[in-house]
Amino acid sequence: MDLNTITGYRYARSRGDLVLDPTERFVAGGTWMFSEPQLEVTGLVDLSTMGWPALEVSDDGLRIAATCTIAELAAIPEHEGWTAHPLFFQCATALLASFKVWNVATVGGNVCRSFAAGSMVSLAAALDGVALVWTPDGGEYRMPVERLVTGNGTNSLAPGEVLRAVEIPAHALRARTGYRKIALAELGRSGAVLTGRVDEDGCAVFGITAATWRPTVLRYPELPDAATLRSDVASADGYYTDPLGTEDWRREVSCVLLEEIRQELAA
Amino acid sequence: MRFAVNGSERDGEPRAGQCLRTFLRDHEHLEVKKGCDAGDCGACSVLVDGVPVHSCIYPAQRIEGHSVTTVAGLGTPDELHPMQAAFVDHFGFQCGYCTAGMIVTASTLHEEQLGDLPRLMKGSLCRCTGYRSIRESITAGVAAAGETASSEPGPAPTTESGQTDAAHPRGARNLGSTGADERPASLIGRSVAPPAARRVVTGTEPFTFDTATPGALHIKVLGSPHAHARIRSIDTSAALALDGVELVLTHHDVPAMRFSTGRHEHRTDDPDDTRVLDDVVRFVGQRVAAVAAITAAAAEEACRRIVVDYEVLPAVFDPEAARTPGAPLLHPDRTPADRVDEAGRNVVAALHAGYGGDLDEALAASDVTVAGTWQTQRLSHAQLETHGSIGWLDDDGRLVVRTSSQVPFLTRDELCRLLDLPQDRVRVFTARVGGGFGGKQELFTEDLVALTVLRTGKPAVYELSRTDEFVRTSVRHPMRVAVALGASSDGRLAAMRVDVLSDTGAYGNHSRGVMFHGCAESISLYTSPVKRIDAEAVYTNNTPSGAFRGYGLGQVILAVESAMDELAIELGIDPFELRRINAIREGEVPLGFFGEPEHDIVPGSYGLDQCLDLAEQALLRGNGVEAPAGEHWRIGEGMAASMIATMAPRGHVSKTTVTLLPDGGYVLGVGTSEFGNGTTTVHAQIVATDLGTSIDRVQLRNSDTDGADYDTGAFASAGTTVAGKALHAAALALRDILLGTAATLTATDAATCTLGPDGVSAGGRLVGFAELIAATPAEHRVGDGIAASAAEYGEHRSLAFNVQAFRVAVDVRTGVVRILQSVQSADAGTVMNPAQCRGQVEGGVAHAIGGALYEEVMVEEGRIQTPVFRMYRVPQMADIPGTEVLFAETSDDLGPFGAKSMSESPYNPVAAALGNAIRRAIGARPYETPFSRDRVWRLARDAAASAPPISTA
Repeated sequence: MDLNTITGYRYARSRGDLVLDPTERFVAGGTWMFSEPQLEVTGLVDLSTMGWPALEVSDDGLRIAATCTIAELAAIPEHEGWTAHPLFFQCATALLASFKVWNVATVGGNVCRSFAAGSMVSLAAALDGVALVWTPDGGEYRMPVERLVTGNGTNSLAPGEVLRAVEIPAHALRARTGYRKIALAELGRSGAVLTGRVDEDGCAVFGITAATWRPTVLRYPELPDAATLRSDVASADGYYTDPLGTEDWRREVSCVLLEEIRQELAA
Repeated sequence: MRFAVNGSERDGEPRAGQCLRTFLRDHEHLEVKKGCDAGDCGACSVLVDGVPVHSCIYPAQRIEGHSVTTVAGLGTPDELHPMQAAFVDHFGFQCGYCTAGMIVTASTLHEEQLGDLPRLMKGSLCRCTGYRSIRESITAGVAAAGETASSEPGPAPTTESGQTDAAHPRGARNLGSTGADERPASLIGRSVAPPAARRVVTGTEPFTFDTATPGALHIKVLGSPHAHARIRSIDTSAALALDGVELVLTHHDVPAMRFSTGRHEHRTDDPDDTRVLDDVVRFVGQRVAAVAAITAAAAEEACRRIVVDYEVLPAVFDPEAARTPGAPLLHPDRTPADRVDEAGRNVVAALHAGYGGDLDEALAASDVTVAGTWQTQRLSHAQLETHGSIGWLDDDGRLVVRTSSQVPFLTRDELCRLLDLPQDRVRVFTARVGGGFGGKQELFTEDLVALTVLRTGKPAVYELSRTDEFVRTSVRHPMRVAVALGASSDGRLAAMRVDVLSDTGAYGNHSRGVMFHGCAESISLYTSPVKRIDAEAVYTNNTPSGAFRGYGLGQVILAVESAMDELAIELGIDPFELRRINAIREGEVPLGFFGEPEHDIVPGSYGLDQCLDLAEQALLRGNGVEAPAGEHWRIGEGMAASMIATMAPRGHVSKTTVTLLPDGGYVLGVGTSEFGNGTTTVHAQIVATDLGTSIDRVQLRNSDTDGADYDTGAFASAGTTVAGKALHAAALALRDILLGTAATLTATDAATCTLGPDGVSAGGRLVGFAELIAATPAEHRVGDGIAASAAEYGEHRSLAFNVQAFRVAVDVRTGVVRILQSVQSADAGTVMNPAQCRGQVEGGVAHAIGGALYEEVMVEEGRIQTPVFRMYRVPQMADIPGTEVLFAETSDDLGPFGAKSMSESPYNPVAAALGNAIRRAIGARPYETPFSRDRVWRLARDAAASAPPISTA
């Protein structure tokens, strides 16, 4: 929609351009920004011209630029040993957003919007993704995405900080993974996104997103038994009620679907 | 900046916060539609450098140096793109508003993606079709595009004049209804494509806002933050001081007169409880002030600068609390003279009726009794074109309003009353309307546009946003319906009690009609010696309720048909059989609220018996779809029946004309609107058949107070049974004139003359139209043609029936309901246009599945929690299964060519049939719609917890 309070639009091409006025905001794809009135905002700073390579693969893992589109990530080629590869496409499909939105929306935008149902957060939480954050003073720091997101639509980024990339460590890419999504409608906005992962060293990691206010990550030295997992999932904090699902249902379907994933990973 | 659209270089500077959608529309690419303006519905989809995007969430600033393709760039009406041709051939649209974006999206798909269509099309919402015809269109379009690509480029093949062969109606059975005209030239019973089809699929058919409005003022509205408040003062000075603001309207500036936004043939059907702008606001979001400014941005900013001092009043949100003594009163000063029955306890309308004796005694004497209370939710019509209108003064200084309405004539009449203008000083018309479903049987925008035009002398535009639709139009009436049934052990009903509480929200709109209609055919379908009906429609401080497909029937039918199912279970009788035992018989006139035969119902045909048989047999036959594996999936079948009168009670008027032009073309003057109902097609079919001509010779001038004498409007499924009947009579009158003239000219008997596309064959020669017109008596001459008129007053109504059946699988662990089979049998009389009528049924079923499983306008303390499509779950392609549509073979004595209405009624039995299937699958009955996954899971869990252990003997 037209954002009629916005009077300025500038393209960022260097870090110097990333200094914001108080009523300026970063825009990456713009698909969320332009989907709601932004009455507090008067200017946009477009990150798409920063020239960040969308996807960089190294021995350490995968670096996903904040400006990488969902479409680019969903279509990422499979690399040798990346048993976790299916998760990229699966998590993209967990978005309510259509493939047409994927063509424009970015991974960084989804993470920074920090909605509980933001499935790039699900992906990062599933694979130990780490946010690389640029600070306004020219510095940078890293923080796990599962901690960066602090609530449904909130995160720990300070004003003027910009997400540069999400880094996926190599050990997670080599994990076996499982995935489930459920919503009140078949392809609707997620009520729960569940992920599971068993690393080469046997460690197991289960992720609950969309169902809880912020990502819930359960870690085990080895695949837990059904009762342990159910107990941990059921007693996790942060299940909530909104028009996309009730707290009790979100809790229960998280238990049911994570158990399905556990069985898959045990097989 | 420079960019290209559809191959043409363009130059322009978008505003900093502008989206691509409006930027393209500024460049007169009006084929790019707005459905949600938030990236959820896909109506605005375009290609940027070949890549599909939602243009409403694409920053226009980024378009520099890029190339845009809209649906109009894919093909033209004369040279359709293969995907456009497929949407014509497969009836892939009804209202056609989503079509531009749907086709753009589909044009990017390839053969190997067809298996993944539900995901790929999830960002393309269609409210009308139920998606089956869209799936078929896309599948065919992708195949044709592949062929075109592999051979030479060129216009896509389409069947001649866009018709498909009625003998091979894909997937629907029993389409060969009786009563069709047998003459070879007959177009009745043929799947003729809509006259506008080639324009719709190319984006060239204009909808309400698809017209340039140079110099028009933009109207924006300030909404109330309170559910109930009195405006102590309102300061508009800062708003008026803003550059570009031309007018600010508050309650001080508008007529004091009260009216109803709901419109009917008789304005006294609806309560006069609404002002254009009031000094008391009664729901969150109600208009407080309106601003007209030269830009939308200025109008929005001016709204933010208006300072209002509110005295907040106590509010009531629950209808039971609202009618309890001591509740805050919403309209204490209204009286029965305003059509508010008991303002002193917030009751707009009350019905306390019955017959046959004491209901409690009859229940007590019954062998078996069942009872339950059902609750329905608020629903949004979610037609993809939002409400809105454009107004201006024509050269004679007459007020003209172009609006998105189902009722242009009724709107004109009420505007004249509000503005104290004679009818000849106001013209109201519609372009093609982007869906209605009852929501546009209301006057929601035209009043502000008219006032702005009259005060400023300038054109004005008021276009609602999607959130405005949720906040300040109307929703389906939520109803609490309690039903008690008593029956003998052989299944015969002995007692029937229905108690209805309807929440009309802050204003009465359609509350009276919806309540009375809701309690009519839902209850009179069944014969019971003793009946008792209590119903009240109650004001609350919620968003107003209004007319909605089914007009109250669906809510009450949910309860009655669910109770009937419970009775069948109690009695151990098959549910189809229970209906056969108790439903109204052929020729029987339904009884009114006090047991009197409904005097205006003349049952002109009866198809319930066939509908029951057809649906039952279809379930028995199955469809080969297997239930998912795993014992957590429980299977159940359910059905429900419904009856509807073929038009609204107490008159529905259409005055039409058919005019012959010298070139053999015919112009139809008919007042009814086209919004996906398909009536323009049926009207053309009727007249072309009557006059022995081809469909391309027939032009419609519809939905314009200047274009026809009068029409009550496009509601109550009256397009065929009223307007179509009037046109049929007018066409036959014109034919008689032509045959009579030819007989005179050739000195032959008129009975031996035949009318054809080029004139009348008489006395061994062809008398051409020019000669006929010249010889026709002056009283029939209009301009250089001949006209005949006819009217239909809707004094008699027939009955139509629908039966819906489902087989479902329910995952008791998660509450997921999967529809394995969906069947609807429909008693439509003569099926005038099989593809279109099938589409109406499929669309009605899909619409109702949305209401039964997914959709709910959630409200907390009067505040809408679901004001956008990403929160309000309009069904996507993935949510709607195919429905087998089975038509009864009937022919009606009242309808034209034996046809009956079939637009609203397919909606009505669906929720009950789904609830009954779920009940039989999991052993617990859902009582509250939507039967959402969380609710179904909770039901199944509780049922399992209370069930006795399964014995394994």
